[in-house]
Amino acid sequence: MNAAPTDTVQHESIYSGSIASWLTTVDHKRIGVMYGATALLYFIVGGVEALIIRLQLAAPEGAVVGADAYNQLFTMHGTTMVFLVLMPLAAAMFNFLIPLMVGARDVAFPRLNAFSFWTWFFGAILLNLAFFVNQAPDAGWFGYANLTSKQYNPGLGIDFWVLSLQIMGIASIASGVNFTVTALNMRAPGMSLMRMPLFVWMALIVQILMLLAFPAITVGLIFLLFDRFFDTNFYVAAAGGTPVLWQHLFWIFGHPEVYILILPSFGIVSEILPTFSRKPLFGAPFVIFSGILIGFLGFGVWSHHMFTTGLGPIADTAFSLGTMLIAIPTGVKIFNWIGTLWGGHIVMRTPLYFAVGMVALFIVGGLSGIMHASAPIDLQQHDSYFVVAHLHYVFFGGTVFGLLAGVCYWWPKVTGRMLGEGLGKLSFWVMFLGMNLTFFPMHFLGLDGMARRIYTYPAGAGWEQWNLMATVGAFVLTLGVLLFYVNLVRSLRSGEAATPDPWDGATLEWSMSSPPPEYNFAVIPTVNSARPLWLHKYGPTRDISTHTREDGTPPQPDHPVERIELPSPSHWPLVAAAGLTLAGGGTMVGLLPVLAGVAVLVVAVYWWAFQPLERPGNPIFEPARGTE
Amino acid sequence: MSTHATTFGVPHRKMAMWVFIGSECMFFGSLIATYLSYKGKSVVGPTPAEILNIPLTSVSTFVLLMSSLAMVLALDAVQRDDTRQAKIWIGGVIVLGGIFLAGQVYEFSHFYHEGLTLQQNLFGSTFFVLTGFHGAHVTVGVIWMATLLVMAFRGRLGPERSLDVEVAGLYWHFVDVVWIVIFTVVYLIQ
Repeated sequence: MNAAPTDTVQHESIYSGSIASWLTTVDHKRIGVMYGATALLYFIVGGVEALIIRLQLAAPEGAVVGADAYNQLFTMHGTTMVFLVLMPLAAAMFNFLIPLMVGARDVAFPRLNAFSFWTWFFGAILLNLAFFVNQAPDAGWFGYANLTSKQYNPGLGIDFWVLSLQIMGIASIASGVNFTVTALNMRAPGMSLMRMPLFVWMALIVQILMLLAFPAITVGLIFLLFDRFFDTNFYVAAAGGTPVLWQHLFWIFGHPEVYILILPSFGIVSEILPTFSRKPLFGAPFVIFSGILIGFLGFGVWSHHMFTTGLGPIADTAFSLGTMLIAIPTGVKIFNWIGTLWGGHIVMRTPLYFAVGMVALFIVGGLSGIMHASAPIDLQQHDSYFVVAHLHYVFFGGTVFGLLAGVCYWWPKVTGRMLGEGLGKLSFWVMFLGMNLTFFPMHFLGLDGMARRIYTYPAGAGWEQWNLMATVGAFVLTLGVLLFYVNLVRSLRSGEAATPDPWDGATLEWSMSSPPPEYNFAVIPTVNSARPLWLHKYGPTRDISTHTREDGTPPQPDHPVERIELPSPSHWPLVAAAGLTLAGGGTMVGLLPVLAGVAVLVVAVYWWAFQPLERPGNPIFEPARGTE
Repeated sequence: MSTHATTFGVPHRKMAMWVFIGSECMFFGSLIATYLSYKGKSVVGPTPAEILNIPLTSVSTFVLLMSSLAMVLALDAVQRDDTRQAKIWIGGVIVLGGIFLAGQVYEFSHFYHEGLTLQQNLFGSTFFVLTGFHGAHVTVGVIWMATLLVMAFRGRLGPERSLDVEVAGLYWHFVDVVWIVIFTVVYLIQ
């Protein structure tokens, strides 16, 4: 597969190829695209679940669905959005961008990367299979103990939930190891940690949080599995246990998970704002250390989710204080983002709209978060719609807007096509309007006493107009999301071709063609700046707006100048992931599928371990004639 | 790819194992924390004081610690390209790990006959899940070592493969260290 020395290099071929080439790919860019595409599909699934919830609540005594179906809907909506949309959409960007941004040709463990994807993919399917046996999980995405016990919840729904979460957790741990090593150990020469792009920094913190937080929920889920399958009494008060143990284990995972979901957006915004303000990120080291501090403090505040369980005044005070402390590094970041925009030569493009929207909406969610930090106030707001408003401002306003900003920003690099600007801005405004129309009224509903997770409410409680407004807002929001998707499809079909560097970016991913060649870098760059491309284009100045580009061509040559060998495709990661899922899901059926799954897993792992990474027939790129 | 220089001069796989061990610390940390928080909460017996056999477990603890010594000698032998010693010491790790596992099987079945089952009380549940998951880790380690032993007998474990042994060794030592914590928390501090 030698690159032909032609004048115009067409690199779009990195996505062409048979289905089998996708199933066996170990290329981080293709795996990233698969994560992204799957997450965007599940976004529709989770969105439809939310729409049914809003239809049910549009008017008092709603009769769209019954109580049982409603419980399943909000459980699946939360679980889907957290594990099947936000995390994998962030993972899509980690996959595609971390190697490109640090100047590497792939991740540290390409086959482990494929294994992570397929394990997550099969785990996600297993979760949704629950719908087909008509027993979707119904104990909330937090799965509080007792609601999940065999005694009170004898169906298969919780089993689907536990097993799929466990399987997806393995995928998260594997990718956490992989990306930690990639970011730390595969940086281009000269890229010190403080020169590492902000997105990679936030991604690195996310990986460490995943590695340290997921084991807690893994253990919590193991206890739940033992309680359900082997009649142990981990969460049974009558045997001396306590359901609060689950809450501790869940939130020791769950609160860092909140930062796992928001830090990627912080990283994305920290890349987009400088690019479109035409100046470096204001106080970049503060943003980095604030991110580290947020990650660190995030492990010491889990019990602020549990003030109502009665932990006592000492614990409540400590967890209140810790939670309020997190406002400081978060505030520092917001200050830095505003400082970046301040005095910048702002270029009003769609990615900037979403990025600024993210900052604005996240501030709203952050402020209500500080309110919950106070234990006495939280006692009033707990399990009310006020919390629903808060978490959606953080997850939708913060995480989704940030991730969509990233989609808009890097779409040209991933696909080689530009998105429509008009449609992009329209989709932003419709989503922005819809999001506020949906979730802002929930603050009032919560303060007026409307509880979460109730499937209907009586007339005359004063909740009618806010609920109706939220439902109308949900449909406006849906329209905005649809416009966004239409923009994506239109771009793929007939979008303007993207140049290597459409936004005049500062980081390494803009130094090669769009989409990048299979080997990423024809030459591994040497990095002398936190903004290597601006240094290349403008010379050593901080204020690029007053300088003209010294060199308009991207620094990466079109052809390899050295022999480049890439890892061979392998189907064993896929087979191993399938075996793992069969073994896990099989526990609901019987011993035979479990044994079969374990056998498949063991065989696949051994083949994988003894199969060289690069085998005859692997992609090899020779230098074009005359460039040696 | 693997031939490229790494940023920290540490091979990717070695760094990956350290990172994974960090994650495993939280896994066993959660199990141990649960054991501690449920200590003395069982509403029926048997209690730890009634059933735990400290002398027997001290012996198997000693055996497991000695396996770490064998592991160190095995790595040294592989790095020196001393195939004979490598086989002996990798075999030693397997035998010592196997003795530890046999001790655990004996202990578990003995407890079962004494009336301490997984479902009997919270002590049984937390004890069996904690030590059981540790035993599962030892089992994985023994299988990994057996794989290395087969490679050694096929002449495929020269010094160029010493990283394979080193990474397996990191895992093995970690599983040993965790046992020291478990032995202290569960057996010695009652």
